Amino acid sequence: MDNQGTFNYKVVRQFAVMTVVWGVVGMLVGVIIAAELLWPDLLQGIPWLSYGRLRPLHTNAVIFAFGGCALFATSYYCAQRTCQVRLFCGPLAAVTFWGWQIVIVLAAITLPLGITSGKEYAELEWPIDLLIAVVWVSYAVVFFGTLAKRKVEHIYVANWFFGGFILTVALLHIVNSAAMPASLWKSYSAYAGVQDAMVQWWYGHNAVGFFLTAGFLGMMYYFVPKQAERPIYSYRLSVVHFWALIFTYMWAGPHHLHFTALPDWTQSIGMVFSLILLAPSWGGMINGIMTLSGAWHKLREDPILKFLIVSLSFYGMSTFEGPMMSIKTVNALSHYTDWTVGHVHSGALGWVAFITFGCIYYLIPRLFGRPQMHSIRLITLHFWVATLGVVLYITAMWIAGVMQGLMWRATNADGTLTYSFVESVKSTFPFYAIRLVGGTMFLAGMLVMAYNVARTIAAGRAVEAPIPALAPASAHA
Amino acid sequence: MSDFTSGFWSLYVGVLTIVSILACGALLLSMSKQTVKKDAQGKTITTGHVWDEDLSELNNPLPRWWMWLFYITLFFGAGYLVLYPGAGKYAGMAGWTSRGQYDEERAKVQAEIAPLYAKFAGQDPKALVGDPQAQAIGERLFQTSCGQCHGSDAGGSKGFPSLRDGDWLYGGEPETIKASITDGRRGVMPPLGAALSEQEIWNAAHYVLSLSQQLHNAERADKGKATFQTICAACHGPEGKGNPAVGAPNLTDSIWLYGGSEKTIIETITRGRTNAMPAHKELLEPEKIHLLTAYVYGLSRRGTAAPTATPAPAKTP
Repeated sequence: MDNQGTFNYKVVRQFAVMTVVWGVVGMLVGVIIAAELLWPDLLQGIPWLSYGRLRPLHTNAVIFAFGGCALFATSYYCAQRTCQVRLFCGPLAAVTFWGWQIVIVLAAITLPLGITSGKEYAELEWPIDLLIAVVWVSYAVVFFGTLAKRKVEHIYVANWFFGGFILTVALLHIVNSAAMPASLWKSYSAYAGVQDAMVQWWYGHNAVGFFLTAGFLGMMYYFVPKQAERPIYSYRLSVVHFWALIFTYMWAGPHHLHFTALPDWTQSIGMVFSLILLAPSWGGMINGIMTLSGAWHKLREDPILKFLIVSLSFYGMSTFEGPMMSIKTVNALSHYTDWTVGHVHSGALGWVAFITFGCIYYLIPRLFGRPQMHSIRLITLHFWVATLGVVLYITAMWIAGVMQGLMWRATNADGTLTYSFVESVKSTFPFYAIRLVGGTMFLAGMLVMAYNVARTIAAGRAVEAPIPALAPASAHA
Repeated sequence: MSDFTSGFWSLYVGVLTIVSILACGALLLSMSKQTVKKDAQGKTITTGHVWDEDLSELNNPLPRWWMWLFYITLFFGAGYLVLYPGAGKYAGMAGWTSRGQYDEERAKVQAEIAPLYAKFAGQDPKALVGDPQAQAIGERLFQTSCGQCHGSDAGGSKGFPSLRDGDWLYGGEPETIKASITDGRRGVMPPLGAALSEQEIWNAAHYVLSLSQQLHNAERADKGKATFQTICAACHGPEGKGNPAVGAPNLTDSIWLYGGSEKTIIETITRGRTNAMPAHKELLEPEKIHLLTAYVYGLSRRGTAAPTATPAPAKTP
């Protein structure tokens, strides 16, 4: 039987360590495909290592393996500690860990083999989709079970976001993955034509909105006030932006299908709600950054806080950029260009990865019974290398994207195109080189982190923290 | 055509959209009180809830600028849905559709460029080969519409014919070139893997090799000749010289669409080939096709040199 006097740190530890491992793997694959864009013959046409197969491996690895493990680790940690109870149903929590790792390994095998359903961010074939559904439902049971047996009257705001993310991802995954199997490794979508595209982007945008945003806002709401040792800035603001965010995100998917066969009315609604999403998104940024008011000086010495606060700045920037890009006129220029790639990475590297780094640096010493990380200076080094890497990456993609958009639309006086497509590819070449440099720096930072984490773990030992006594004011009535 | 299968769905979408925007506004309004709880010393106090030993929350009012930003996006959204399609089948006061915008922009460009093309429309494509302006426009049209498959140097690649070697599948006169561009072409070589034995295919392949004076096994070629005459000659002709009426390639020259090695010929006979040149009549106006015809016609008649790099765009129409 589980020891009910302590928190279940084992599963948190497992997920936290795998976050670092999959971070290295996912970012390494990213660097490889960035190099392939620069030197198309780099891997000599080996099919398993071709761009088309490694690209989904990269996205799956960083979103679902790196980001997913980080979400599991932090949500399990946060839910136990803010509910003041041990995680509900330890064996099921173990199922989520091992199940999720099997999903990742299966992805790493099937995607290079070219086994794919062809849906972006949902490429895995139906047997793996079924396994994901099982793991996810188990996750929901563990998480909400923990909330249900909490000893504290109110549910902490971080858990609203984790809860919203878990429920919605279950819905998104099950609806979008509905398919008719043709064989063990081949299936056909349950939807056809433009409906399929709409379902796919309803899923795709909410994979960003819930997996990469709501879940990570949950992390922000726990780790920022903890690390800053300050109360959350505004409860009211968290109420408004939580409900507005989870409600509005659901509508935004059609902006991925501007100027396609999707009906005009659907495109308009997608654009309108994408614009409305700006304020709810910024609500989270404001609440996080303002939590630091009165403790700004901490930002100078504490690299963990640097990661957390800079991640919120990137979050604010990319959630401004997103609504802007959803405007049809802007989208006409930006769509299909590398601007989109830059936008995604300002969110994925600047926001998702940065906040994950901050949280993992916070967690590792606590999970392994150490007062702090092996080296604070290495965290600072990681911070600066990664920041420079992101900045290089996204500025290169912005310039490349706008340039491509302008080249594609330029016409001569006789109505012909000024540039052939391949000329725009040629002009993008230097920016692909800068992107590769930026990406490599980001990976280098990740390796510094892996070393720092390994040294910290080597010096420590696995600990199970006792559940502290309740503060009298917050006990269940 | 309506996008909705019934009036219900239009109403459903319209009402849900409007109610959703109003609900966001109501949520914002409900939380926009600017008062703050303070203790006796005038310090802002927390909500009183504590989690995990030291997590607590202040309850500062919503930042004014943020609140107004939210309201403005809501008003903008509502205004947009009054002007543009979005609320179910309500078309919007601006009368805008993406189709309409496309047609309008296209018509505008057409009107601008029409005079430029009009002056070439009546001229013989053969004569236009010598007209530098016609050739420059033709090349730009080629790079915009044809280079993706035929190559930016018109040299073709496997499955995509070269347009500058003087060899034509369907004929190289202006009329046939124009027909190829306008209506497209569909070349089909039927698969014979089921009809012939492996030996028969092998033999036929050696006969085909012999037609183009390539290295071959004379005995096999001899045996294959009969197969060729009964089956292949129907399209490729008794001498293997091809038939432009059906686009059957000449097999006696050294030009191959898919390749002339023994292995590739066997593959072609066994599995057949299907090829398509898309019709461009929906994509390009007849005047453009006319200039394109003159350009493609000229490609093989100006020697084998690659076309010059794209010249500076014509400044005056």
